[in-house]
Amino acid sequence: MNQFEAKVSIRLRPSVLDPAGEAIKSAASKLGVEGINSLRIGKLIEVNLEAKEEKEAKEKIELLSDRLFANKVIEDFDYDLKEINE
Amino acid sequence: MSNFTVGIVVFPGSNCDRDILWALEGCLGIKTKFIWHESSDISEFDSIVLPGGFSYGDYLRCGAVARFSPLINSLIDFVKTGRRVIGICNGFQILTESGFLPGALTTNKSLDFICKDSELEIITSKGNWFNSSNNKINLPIAHGEGRYFCDEDTFKELSDNDLIALRYISNPNGSSYDIAGIINKNGNVLGLMPHPERACDNTIGGNDGLFTLKSLIESQ
Repeated sequence: MNQFEAKVSIRLRPSVLDPAGEAIKSAASKLGVEGINSLRIGKLIEVNLEAKEEKEAKEKIELLSDRLFANKVIEDFDYDLKEINE
Repeated sequence: MSNFTVGIVVFPGSNCDRDILWALEGCLGIKTKFIWHESSDISEFDSIVLPGGFSYGDYLRCGAVARFSPLINSLIDFVKTGRRVIGICNGFQILTESGFLPGALTTNKSLDFICKDSELEIITSKGNWFNSSNNKINLPIAHGEGRYFCDEDTFKELSDNDLIALRYISNPNGSSYDIAGIINKNGNVLGLMPHPERACDNTIGGNDGLFTLKSLIESQ
């Protein structure tokens, strides 16, 4: 078995309002940082996993992301996957 | 009717399970039994309630972890038999996460946890979940993540099939199309953010929730 590391990013779909992102955007302007056109909050999930090969690791991460990490009604996901050489 | 038993599902973090018991047994004389979410045999029950609360601490998303419990898996066949299921608040979130009902529930537009009475318009008579002699009812809401979201296609499907159960008169949380509750196509599954179990006795502000809970023991 080989070891893999995945970083899965989950984002609200563009059509879904992100009130928490709007609140942070307003705090950013109070900090004095101007010129922020858009600010949206997502999630980052880091997973270490075992798989025979990259294809299998990919399948596992896609299943997890599609069925558990993200709700496809309101969220999109993408991920980076790499093999870890210990 | 005397042997009718309503199962109240208890997840780690459920907190309206006892309110449901009080409303069903205390106000309506309906027999209930708590079911731990790890149970997969729910055949003895005539209808099921998924109560409000914070199942699994709302980790990841509200209802996202609860949907993988053995009980929710058994609910698929239970629903197919036509028996009634109601998901209230966190129960509604679990029903959407697990695909029994379309759409999703997410953070209130205002970011506030809203706890107040809400005036609601009854939209569908399908499933007989609401007293059709009333157009409007008042039920309390109590949620931070009760903003119902659906896209235009889903809304069209809900409208065309008469699946919108309740709409807010004054939208408190930014829900798409003012939707507060929906039903499935067969009409035997209802999900709603307002709490009918908190409106079952006039001494605590109203009894508009009685009809909906009583319908758990009625045929459609």
